[in-house]
Order: sequence, then C-alpha cells, then structure tokens
Amino acid sequence: MDWEALRVSLWLGAGTIAILLPCGVWFGRLLAVQHFRGKLLVEALVTVPLVLPPTVLGFYLLVAFGARSPLGQAFQSLVGQSLPFSFEGLLLASAIANIPFVVQPIQRGFEAIPADVRDAAACCGLTPWQRFLRIEVPLAWPGILTAAILTFAHTLGEFGVVLMVGGNLPGETRTLSVAIYDRMQAFDDRSAGIMAATLLAVAVVTLMLTTSLSRQVSMRRG
Amino acid sequence: MGDRRLSVSLRQREPIPLDVEFTCDAGDVLAIFGPSGSGKTTILRSIAGLYRPEHASVRSGLDTWSDTATRAFTPPHLRTVGVVFQEYALFPHLTARGNVMTALGHRPSSERRSRADQLLDLVHLSRYYDRRPHELSGGERQRVALARALAREPAVLLMDEPLAAVDRSVRRSLQNEIDELRRTLDIPVVIVTHDFEDVVRLATHLMILDRGSAIANGALADLTSRPDLPWLREAVGLGSVFDARVVCRDPERGLLELSFDGGTLFASDRVLSAGADVRVRIAARDVILATSAPAGLSLHNVLQGTVSALHVDAALDHVVVQLAIGGIRLLAEVTRDTIARLNLTGGRRLYALIKSVSIGVLPESK
Repeated sequence: MDWEALRVSLWLGAGTIAILLPCGVWFGRLLAVQHFRGKLLVEALVTVPLVLPPTVLGFYLLVAFGARSPLGQAFQSLVGQSLPFSFEGLLLASAIANIPFVVQPIQRGFEAIPADVRDAAACCGLTPWQRFLRIEVPLAWPGILTAAILTFAHTLGEFGVVLMVGGNLPGETRTLSVAIYDRMQAFDDRSAGIMAATLLAVAVVTLMLTTSLSRQVSMRRG
Repeated sequence: MGDRRLSVSLRQREPIPLDVEFTCDAGDVLAIFGPSGSGKTTILRSIAGLYRPEHASVRSGLDTWSDTATRAFTPPHLRTVGVVFQEYALFPHLTARGNVMTALGHRPSSERRSRADQLLDLVHLSRYYDRRPHELSGGERQRVALARALAREPAVLLMDEPLAAVDRSVRRSLQNEIDELRRTLDIPVVIVTHDFEDVVRLATHLMILDRGSAIANGALADLTSRPDLPWLREAVGLGSVFDARVVCRDPERGLLELSFDGGTLFASDRVLSAGADVRVRIAARDVILATSAPAGLSLHNVLQGTVSALHVDAALDHVVVQLAIGGIRLLAEVTRDTIARLNLTGGRRLYALIKSVSIGVLPESK
C-alpha cells in the first residue's frame, strides 16, 4: 500500500471540494434560478468535461498551464514555479475536470425548490441572504452534499487527467489510481490489489450515500 | 379609511396583457373573479412586488410600493404584505410553527415562538405546532399558510385561490374562518378566485377580469344586479346578491323568515339564529314576473317593485329585467315574448314571484 499516494489522493479530493463547492453553489443556483440568453450553451460547456476523454481534457489543460500560455506565465511569476507536474496544477486540473459533478447536482437541488416557496420567503420579509441561507440551502442541501461526495469520489478515481497534467511524482502528483497503474507495471499485483480494493470500497460507500440522500429529498417532498 | 387604502394601476401588453385600475379600502374584500389565464394571479404578484409589469403603480396607504413613472420599487421583502399562495408554498423543511416564525422577523426573537403559537391557535391548529407540511392535510396546510400571512402583520392581505385545493366540507369552514379573521383585521383584502361561491360568501367588492382587463368593477350588490353583464351570465348565471337578516325560524313549516331593505322573504329552513346577518342570492332565471298579485299559488314570496332597467341582448332570446324593490335591485330573466305580453317598460309596476327553495342563503360577511 502506497500511503503517500493515498495522502495525495485525499488532499486532492478535499482541496477540489474546497475550491469547487462554493463556486458550484453560486453557479448551480444561477443556472437553476436565472433564465438568460445562451443558457443552453453554458449548460453544455459545463457538461463537456463529463463526455470528453480525460486525455483530451488533460491535453488542453497542459497546453493552458504551459510556460507559453498567459495562465502558465502568470502562475510562474506569482508563485515562482510552473503549474504542470505540480500539486497546485493538479488541483486546478482536478477542479476543472469536476465542474459537471458539482454544478449538476447543485443545479437540480435548487431547481427542485418551487418558485412559490422562494416567493413566499420574500413575502415573509426575509432578505435575499436570509432566503438563501434559511430556505434555499436547507432545501437544496442534499444536492450540495451529493455534489461534494461525487467530486471527492471522482477525484480519487481520476486517472487520465492526473497522468497528463501531473505526471507521476511521488508525494507530489502520484495519486492512488496512478500508483495502481505504477504497481501493475512493476508486476506488484498484491499492492495494486489492495489499493484497487480501497478505491472500490470508496466507490460503493459513495453510491450508497448519494442514493440515500436522493431518497431523503423525495421523502421530504412527499 | 383612505390612509390604509390599496391603490393599484397596472398596464402592459406583453407577455401577459394587463389593463386594470382599482382601489380596495381597509375592511373591504375585493374578489378578482375570472377564468384561468385572465391575469388574476399576475395582479396579485404585481401588488406583492414579485412581478414587475411595464407600467405599474401600487400604493398602500401613504407608501408607494411601485411606481414605474418615478422608477420607485420596493422589493417584496420590504412590503408589509401577507400572501396566501395557491398551493400554500409552505417551507417543507420547517414545522408549522417554524413556517409561521419565519414571517415574524420584525418581532424580537423572544416573542416569536409564543406569537407563532398564538396565530396557529387562531386558525385552530393548536395540536399541530410541530408537524411538517407533508404531515398535514390540505385544509391544515391552508391554515398554516393563512397564519404565516397574518404573522407579517400585513398592511394588505392577498389570497390566491385560497380554497381551490380543499374539498367541499373543509371549504365551508375555511370560508367562515377567513371571513371572521378579515373582520378583525381591518386591512384591504384581495382574493383571486374562479369560484363564484367564494365571491358571494367573502367579498364586499367584485372585479370581473377577462384577458387582463376589468370588465366590471364595483360593490358586490351593485354588480350582481346589473342586467348587462353577459360575461357573468355565461360564467355563473345572473343573480342578485344582497344582505338580509334572519327574523325567525319556523322549522315545522320548513321556513326561514328574512327581512331585507325592501320587505320580507321566506327561504327554506336552515340552522340560523334570529338576528343573524345573511347574504342572499336569487338567480335571475328563478324569478317569475306578474302584472297582478296572483292567488292560489304555492309561492311564499310575492314582492312588488318597479322596472328600473331592461337589457335586451341581440344574441340571445332572453331579456334581463331589473326590478327596484325597496333598496335592492332584483334581476329576472325572461323571454322576449314576455316583454310584449306584459308590456314591460321602464317604471312599470310588477310583482316578482320567487319560490322559497330558490333563495340561496349564506352566512353574511360584513
């Protein structure tokens, strides 16, 4: 068992949630509540990372992060190191790859709140912030939690993007899923097996959690 | 009264056509009546600030809530308006008490709980403080919604089809409760409904809406005795509505004696005590006209009056006759042939004959 890889994976998962969840709540709610021109296109773009082969996504991210891109240059001059093949670069790539996993469940969560309920909150004298915190977030909560769990699980299992953008640096960018590949290449079936079983267990627990959460939502509306 | 009057003027062509102007005084209940899709709900939403028509002026007493001419707009949460939504729109994650407390933000937090319980007691929900909406019946949810609307201590109460989703038996008792409540409130109340029974039972004033425009607007008794409202005739049938008082009951003869501003009426017996105020509706097609007082009939009600208006609708075979009987106006629907045979003209003295079973009696709402 590669404990260092597990640590990188867990940090990556937690970091991705920390970056993505606040943005996802803001953006998911926006998509749920607002009607604007080009919404269909925005929704399609949000979903793109879901259907794109991870290597394709990784390729574009690598180009975008590179020393010749404005983003890569800006990061280099600010932090003094390059984005590709660093944990920070991996974190940013992971956040982008996980956008659909965060935005979609949160959007569905806010969409499930009837417009009348939102209006009733306003007519009860609640300010927009009070409405958001006291009515909307509690009602969309299962969607938000589902987003967090899906993101975490997906980050643990991500392989293509990680390998393209992060490479395979021990303690920096070698995640559990990359470590499995690495062990298999070295004919270390036992270690690979243990790590594979760990990820399998995480996947099963994740699915159980999300299913029970979506049940809770439908029960509350019953 | 004028300092708490609600004044509304809304105009726009698209996407929902609107062209209405009305006022509602404190203590009055204005019913906005019309088919679905006529813009009733949009009017309520515009008063609450949830919808912004192209041209709008909404004033509550001395406060201007909307005025597109000066670009004044008070957001919904700053308008002291109580709204009962059509599907109640309760907060599903909060208990009945929590729902009501949400609207008590203007009170000190130490008072909110007891005030919420008081309001739930008022709508007869004392046993259900801790129930969530999905554990309540339709009528109970409606009561929570009403308590929540009142919790705001509103300057205006708006109700969107308040009784549409509850069954008949609950409907009657809710009508009574809403009626009792609004009498103690003394604020303008606007009710949107497509059920004429709600109008007769609850309203003091009526606005008939069709495709966003007011066809007619005025006091209930005046509007219901107008002979020239073909729309109302088609929707609910013409029939005068006026107020009366119970003189006495005669259960043995199965009769209820009523006095009104113009004489005495006998209706079929109902459990009502002497002195009770009631509202009477007499359908125009149930009124028979005669030039002399008849004898030997089973009728209880023979009222003398004079023809005050005649309305001939070219598209119909019927003529609507308005009779002045004392202080009320009674409508009778007759065929064109009758006009000729009885030589009906304005000012002609006539007798109106009404069967006691044709007189609809509802507990008064004044």
